Amino acid sequence: MAIEVDGKSYETDEEGYLADITQWVPGVADVMSKEDDLELTEEHWDIINFLREYYEEYQIAPAVRVLTKAVSKRMGKDKGNSKYLYGLFPYGPGKQACRYAGLPKPTGCV
Amino acid sequence: MSEIKKFMYVNRRAPYGTIYAWESLEVVLIGAAFEQDVSMAFIDDGVYQLIKGQDTTGLEMKNFSPTYAALGDYEVTKIYIEKESLEERGLTLDDLQHLTWEDEDEDWAEKDSIQLISRAEMVKVFADQDVFFNF
Repeated sequence: MAIEVDGKSYETDEEGYLADITQWVPGVADVMSKEDDLELTEEHWDIINFLREYYEEYQIAPAVRVLTKAVSKRMGKDKGNSKYLYGLFPYGPGKQACRYAGLPKPTGCV
Repeated sequence: MSEIKKFMYVNRRAPYGTIYAWESLEVVLIGAAFEQDVSMAFIDDGVYQLIKGQDTTGLEMKNFSPTYAALGDYEVTKIYIEKESLEERGLTLDDLQHLTWEDEDEDWAEKDSIQLISRAEMVKVFADQDVFFNF
Protein backbone atom coordinates (compact mmCIF):
# COMPACT_ATOMS: atom_id res chain seq x y z
CA MET A 1 0.00 0.00 0.00
CA ALA A 2 0.99 3.61 -0.34
CA ILE A 3 -0.29 7.09 0.33
CA GLU A 4 0.11 10.15 -1.84
CA VAL A 5 1.41 13.39 -0.29
CA ASP A 6 2.06 16.45 -2.46
CA GLY A 7 2.46 14.27 -5.53
CA LYS A 8 4.96 11.96 -3.86
CA SER A 9 4.18 8.35 -2.98
CA TYR A 10 4.96 6.92 0.49
CA GLU A 11 4.93 3.21 1.11
CA THR A 12 2.85 1.94 4.05
CA ASP A 13 2.41 -1.48 5.65
CA GLU A 14 -0.83 -3.48 5.67
CA GLU A 15 -2.10 -1.52 8.69
CA GLY A 16 -1.34 1.86 7.17
CA TYR A 17 1.86 2.64 9.10
CA LEU A 18 4.64 4.33 7.18
CA ALA A 19 7.18 1.77 5.97
CA ASP A 20 10.17 4.08 6.40
CA ILE A 21 10.04 6.47 9.36
CA THR A 22 12.85 8.61 7.93
CA GLN A 23 10.64 9.61 4.98
CA TRP A 24 8.05 11.30 7.19
CA VAL A 25 6.92 14.86 6.43
CA PRO A 26 4.07 16.72 8.21
CA GLY A 27 1.95 16.25 5.07
CA VAL A 28 1.80 12.52 5.87
CA ALA A 29 -0.20 13.30 9.02
CA ASP A 30 -2.46 15.67 7.06
CA VAL A 31 -3.27 13.09 4.39
CA MET A 32 -3.78 10.24 6.90
CA SER A 33 -6.05 12.32 9.11
CA LYS A 34 -8.13 13.44 6.14
CA GLU A 35 -8.74 9.78 5.29
CA ASP A 36 -10.05 9.37 8.86
CA ASP A 37 -12.22 12.52 8.55
CA LEU A 38 -10.27 14.17 11.33
CA GLU A 39 -9.07 17.76 11.27
CA LEU A 40 -5.71 18.21 12.96
CA THR A 41 -5.50 21.01 15.50
CA GLU A 42 -2.59 22.39 17.49
CA GLU A 43 -3.51 19.92 20.26
CA HIS A 44 -3.12 17.01 17.86
CA TRP A 45 0.24 18.30 16.68
CA ASP A 46 1.49 18.60 20.27
CA ILE A 47 0.97 14.85 20.67
CA ILE A 48 2.35 13.95 17.22
CA ASN A 49 5.48 16.01 17.84
CA PHE A 50 5.88 14.55 21.28
CA LEU A 51 5.71 11.01 19.86
CA ARG A 52 8.35 11.83 17.27
CA GLU A 53 10.66 13.21 19.95
CA TYR A 54 10.08 10.15 22.12
CA TYR A 55 10.96 7.84 19.24
CA GLU A 56 14.04 9.87 18.41
CA GLU A 57 15.29 9.49 21.97
CA TYR A 58 14.29 5.92 22.81
CA GLN A 59 13.82 4.22 19.42
CA ILE A 60 10.36 2.97 20.35
CA ALA A 61 6.80 4.20 20.16
CA PRO A 62 5.54 4.51 23.76
CA ALA A 63 2.63 2.43 25.04
CA VAL A 64 -0.55 4.42 25.74
CA ARG A 65 0.01 4.29 29.49
CA VAL A 66 3.51 5.68 29.06
CA LEU A 67 2.28 8.35 26.66
CA THR A 68 -0.41 9.42 29.12
CA LYS A 69 2.07 9.75 31.96
CA ALA A 70 4.60 11.62 29.85
CA VAL A 71 1.98 14.06 28.53
CA SER A 72 0.77 14.58 32.08
CA LYS A 73 4.27 15.52 33.14
CA ARG A 74 4.96 17.82 30.20
CA MET A 75 1.60 19.41 29.53
CA GLY A 76 -0.26 19.00 32.81
CA LYS A 77 -2.75 16.55 34.26
CA ASP A 78 -5.71 18.03 32.33
CA LYS A 79 -4.10 16.71 29.14
CA GLY A 80 -2.36 13.64 30.55
CA ASN A 81 -5.41 11.44 30.77
CA SER A 82 -6.98 8.93 28.43
CA LYS A 83 -10.20 10.90 28.11
CA TYR A 84 -8.39 13.90 26.63
CA LEU A 85 -6.16 11.76 24.41
CA TYR A 86 -8.98 9.54 23.14
CA GLY A 87 -10.95 12.73 22.51
CA LEU A 88 -8.22 13.84 20.14
CA PHE A 89 -7.52 10.42 18.62
CA PRO A 90 -10.70 8.32 18.75
CA TYR A 91 -9.00 5.23 17.24
CA GLY A 92 -6.61 5.17 20.17
CA PRO A 93 -3.90 7.72 20.95
CA GLY A 94 -1.16 5.10 20.64
CA LYS A 95 -2.19 3.58 17.35
CA GLN A 96 -3.66 6.55 15.53
CA ALA A 97 -1.24 9.26 16.64
CA CYS A 98 1.77 7.02 16.07
CA ARG A 99 0.55 6.29 12.56
CA TYR A 100 0.22 10.01 11.80
CA ALA A 101 3.67 10.58 13.29
CA GLY A 102 5.20 7.99 10.95
CA LEU A 103 6.15 5.72 13.84
CA PRO A 104 5.73 1.95 13.95
CA LYS A 105 2.81 0.54 15.92
CA PRO A 106 3.54 0.89 19.66
CA THR A 107 5.18 -2.08 21.35
CA GLY A 108 2.50 -3.90 23.28
CA CYS A 109 -0.33 -2.87 20.97
CA VAL A 110 -1.96 -5.98 19.52
CA MET B 1 -8.62 -8.64 40.83
CA SER B 2 -5.87 -10.79 39.49
CA GLU B 3 -2.91 -11.39 41.73
CA ILE B 4 0.24 -9.47 40.87
CA LYS B 5 3.08 -11.86 40.16
CA LYS B 6 6.78 -11.17 40.34
CA PHE B 7 8.33 -11.55 36.90
CA MET B 8 12.09 -11.85 36.52
CA TYR B 9 13.72 -11.48 33.12
CA VAL B 10 17.20 -12.98 33.10
CA ASN B 11 19.57 -11.70 30.41
CA ARG B 12 22.77 -13.65 29.88
CA ARG B 13 23.76 -12.96 26.28
CA ALA B 14 25.60 -10.22 24.40
CA PRO B 15 23.24 -7.72 22.72
CA TYR B 16 23.89 -8.49 19.07
CA GLY B 17 24.63 -11.65 17.08
CA THR B 18 21.44 -13.24 18.35
CA ILE B 19 17.96 -11.78 18.74
CA TYR B 20 17.65 -12.72 22.43
CA ALA B 21 18.48 -9.34 23.97
CA TRP B 22 16.07 -7.37 21.80
CA GLU B 23 13.34 -10.00 22.20
CA SER B 24 13.76 -9.85 25.95
CA LEU B 25 13.48 -6.07 25.99
CA GLU B 26 10.34 -6.17 23.84
CA VAL B 27 8.71 -8.79 26.06
CA VAL B 28 9.59 -6.73 29.14
CA LEU B 29 7.97 -3.62 27.66
CA ILE B 30 4.87 -5.56 26.66
CA GLY B 31 4.72 -7.34 30.03
CA ALA B 32 5.08 -4.06 31.90
CA ALA B 33 1.85 -2.84 30.29
CA PHE B 34 0.01 -5.59 32.18
CA GLU B 35 1.01 -4.17 35.54
CA GLN B 36 3.04 -7.07 36.81
CA ASP B 37 5.94 -6.63 39.19
CA VAL B 38 8.85 -6.72 36.75
CA SER B 39 12.56 -7.11 37.47
CA MET B 40 15.47 -7.61 35.11
CA ALA B 41 18.81 -9.28 35.82
CA PHE B 42 21.93 -8.88 33.71
CA ILE B 43 24.39 -11.72 34.19
CA ASP B 44 27.43 -13.09 32.29
CA ASP B 45 27.66 -11.54 28.79
CA GLY B 46 24.24 -10.00 29.41
CA VAL B 47 26.00 -7.07 31.11
CA TYR B 48 27.21 -5.99 27.65
CA GLN B 49 23.60 -5.13 26.76
CA LEU B 50 23.78 -2.02 28.93
CA ILE B 51 27.18 -0.82 27.81
CA LYS B 52 27.40 2.86 26.84
CA GLY B 53 28.11 4.14 23.36
CA GLN B 54 26.96 1.17 21.30
CA ASP B 55 27.44 1.48 17.55
CA THR B 56 25.85 -1.11 15.30
CA THR B 57 27.05 0.38 12.03
CA GLY B 58 28.09 -2.57 9.91
CA LEU B 59 26.14 -5.12 11.95
CA GLU B 60 22.88 -4.67 10.05
CA MET B 61 21.04 -4.68 13.37
CA LYS B 62 19.22 -1.74 14.90
CA ASN B 63 21.02 -0.15 17.84
CA PHE B 64 18.30 -0.66 20.42
CA SER B 65 20.39 0.41 23.41
CA PRO B 66 18.58 3.80 23.73
CA THR B 67 15.40 1.84 24.47
CA TYR B 68 16.75 0.66 27.86
CA ALA B 69 16.45 4.27 29.03
CA ALA B 70 12.67 4.03 28.45
CA LEU B 71 12.30 1.22 31.02
CA GLY B 72 11.72 3.76 33.79
CA ASP B 73 8.73 5.17 31.88
CA TYR B 74 7.31 1.63 31.82
CA GLU B 75 7.77 1.44 35.59
CA VAL B 76 10.49 -1.17 35.29
CA THR B 77 12.59 0.12 38.14
CA LYS B 78 14.39 -2.96 39.44
CA ILE B 79 17.42 -3.73 37.32
CA TYR B 80 19.96 -6.03 38.91
CA ILE B 81 23.53 -6.26 37.62
CA GLU B 82 25.74 -9.07 38.83
CA LYS B 83 28.96 -7.66 40.24
CA GLU B 84 31.12 -10.69 39.42
CA SER B 85 29.98 -10.70 35.78
CA LEU B 86 31.08 -7.07 35.40
CA GLU B 87 34.42 -7.67 37.12
CA GLU B 88 35.20 -10.78 35.07
CA ARG B 89 34.86 -8.63 31.95
CA GLY B 90 36.96 -5.78 33.28
CA LEU B 91 33.94 -3.50 33.47
CA THR B 92 32.55 -1.18 36.13
CA LEU B 93 29.18 0.50 36.55
CA ASP B 94 30.64 3.59 34.84
CA ASP B 95 30.85 1.60 31.60
CA LEU B 96 27.08 1.06 31.67
CA GLN B 97 24.16 3.34 30.95
CA HIS B 98 22.83 5.20 33.96
CA LEU B 99 19.21 4.06 34.11
CA THR B 100 16.74 6.00 36.19
CA TRP B 101 13.02 6.35 36.80
CA GLU B 102 10.93 9.28 37.90
CA ASP B 103 8.74 9.00 40.96
CA GLU B 104 5.44 10.69 40.15
CA ASP B 105 4.48 10.68 43.85
CA GLU B 106 7.57 12.69 44.75
CA ASP B 107 7.24 15.43 42.12
CA TRP B 108 9.03 13.34 39.48
CA ALA B 109 12.18 12.90 41.55
CA GLU B 110 14.79 10.94 39.59
CA LYS B 111 15.83 7.65 41.17
CA ASP B 112 18.36 4.99 40.21
CA SER B 113 17.01 1.80 38.67
CA ILE B 114 20.25 -0.16 38.66
CA GLN B 115 21.34 -2.19 41.66
CA LEU B 116 24.77 -3.76 41.63
CA ILE B 117 24.62 -6.98 43.62
CA SER B 118 26.85 -10.00 44.20
CA ARG B 119 26.20 -13.51 42.90
CA ALA B 120 25.12 -14.56 46.40
CA GLU B 121 22.68 -11.67 46.64
CA MET B 122 21.31 -12.50 43.18
CA VAL B 123 20.39 -15.96 44.46
CA LYS B 124 18.31 -14.33 47.17
CA VAL B 125 16.61 -11.98 44.69
CA PHE B 126 15.79 -14.99 42.47
CA ALA B 127 14.35 -16.93 45.39
CA ASP B 128 11.76 -14.18 45.84
CA GLN B 129 10.38 -14.34 42.25
CA ASP B 130 7.31 -16.16 40.93
CA VAL B 131 8.03 -16.41 37.20
CA PHE B 132 11.29 -16.53 35.23
CA PHE B 133 11.99 -15.68 31.61
CA ASN B 134 15.43 -16.71 30.45
CA PHE B 135 17.01 -14.96 27.50
